[in-house]
Amino acid sequence: MQAEIKAGAAGREAVIALDGLNKWFGAMHVLKDVSLTIDKGEKVVICGPSGSGKSTLIRCINGLEQHQGGQISVEGVELGPKTLSQVRREVGMVFQSFNLFPHLTIKENCMLAPMEARGLSRGDAEERSMDYLRRVHIAEHAHKYPSQLSGGQQQRAAIARALCMQPRIMLFDEPTSALDPEMISEVLDTMIELAASGMTMVCVTHEMGFAQKVADRMVFMDQGAIAEVGPPERLFHSPSSERLALFLKRILTH
Amino acid sequence: MRFDLDYFLSLLFSTRFFEPVAIVIAVAATAMVIGVLIGTVGGIVLNSPVPLLQRLVRLYVTTIRGIPVLVQIVFWYNGLPALTGGAINLSAYAAGIIALGVNEGAYMTEIVRSGIQSVDRGQREASQVLSLSYRSMMMKVILPQAIRIAIPPTGNQAVNLLKNTSLLFTIAIPEIFATGTNLFSANFKYFEVIAVVAIWYLLLAIAYGFVQRALERRFAKGRRDLYDLAAA
Repeated sequence: MQAEIKAGAAGREAVIALDGLNKWFGAMHVLKDVSLTIDKGEKVVICGPSGSGKSTLIRCINGLEQHQGGQISVEGVELGPKTLSQVRREVGMVFQSFNLFPHLTIKENCMLAPMEARGLSRGDAEERSMDYLRRVHIAEHAHKYPSQLSGGQQQRAAIARALCMQPRIMLFDEPTSALDPEMISEVLDTMIELAASGMTMVCVTHEMGFAQKVADRMVFMDQGAIAEVGPPERLFHSPSSERLALFLKRILTH
Repeated sequence: MRFDLDYFLSLLFSTRFFEPVAIVIAVAATAMVIGVLIGTVGGIVLNSPVPLLQRLVRLYVTTIRGIPVLVQIVFWYNGLPALTGGAINLSAYAAGIIALGVNEGAYMTEIVRSGIQSVDRGQREASQVLSLSYRSMMMKVILPQAIRIAIPPTGNQAVNLLKNTSLLFTIAIPEIFATGTNLFSANFKYFEVIAVVAIWYLLLAIAYGFVQRALERRFAKGRRDLYDLAAA
């Protein structure tokens, strides 16, 4: 056990380090002393019952929520008001409700940030957008508006839009929770392809099949704290806490 | 019934109202532009975290909305020179346009504010995550969506403004209503003259309706209506 940790420390490079993270919404203590280190290229799936703080946790990583105690560092940069934009450069995010820009076409959705925030020319931004839209297999819908696409297509467009900023880390906040069952797999397939490309990924999801296939580690959160961490195989087959066993039973019986 | 049909028709088809109509269009359009500019800035301020500026904008909206436009017009034209001992002495057109524009700005502030507020919070979060600056987010993401929502109530305002230009007869701007009063005070054909005056306002409002529809189409990109009304 000891040797394993040492070997890990020598061979890996931490890209996200959460240390003693605490957060309150008013009087509600939503994150309690959360510490977690995520290595380069690692895929981490975060699961847990509703209200356990998993979305809040990943929203803290790119500063969409402010934490009140502890430290977050991304690629060695400590997150704070002054480093917020530096951190966000490295971190892409995909939302449960897609949050595509409804007044822009899919291609324009992808082009906007590279042009506005990175200063790419229209031509370069267009080329890059089409590149990523091809990677998520919706290049043929590039000229359409979000409202003309299915939920699965919209979410893949949102993934392409995030990738166009060429982040080193991707956060997924329940990316398939708003989708019909038949569309979930097309989004998961896209995420699996992305995982294969070596991207560091942190996913809040209840898709246990995806976790089993892709995740290096699974984090189980309960009541604002990390209750259990480990390889998905171990968490699935021999959960050490009663709460995780109960949670798995609940979500896997359906 | 004593209705002078010949006079009515000759006045309706005369060129007598061409210049007043042009004046109404020019004054209303200029005041509307001022109103939209003030309203856009005001609406953005009310949705930004700057408490002091917000208080100023709220004070402006409350004050202007609580004072009749006619009183405001007379203030800019007669009140201001009296207050400053003639140091500020606006021409009738300047006073009229400022009065209507500043009045319009208060209503437009509320319209733009509600437009911005109705844009989903997720749009802001997506912009932030994509590293867009505040300016880029407002100009490229939030305002284009807010404007779409603000356009129908803005149309109401534009038609109101068009009609409110008739109040400018009090400061001797030769607009449509003033031209009418000049005519009927000379020939006492009140009904015929007022009918023609009313018809011109109505025509302007109808013409503006086409502009409004074009604007709504222009900003409807990517949106789907509750019902497909166009197909019906």
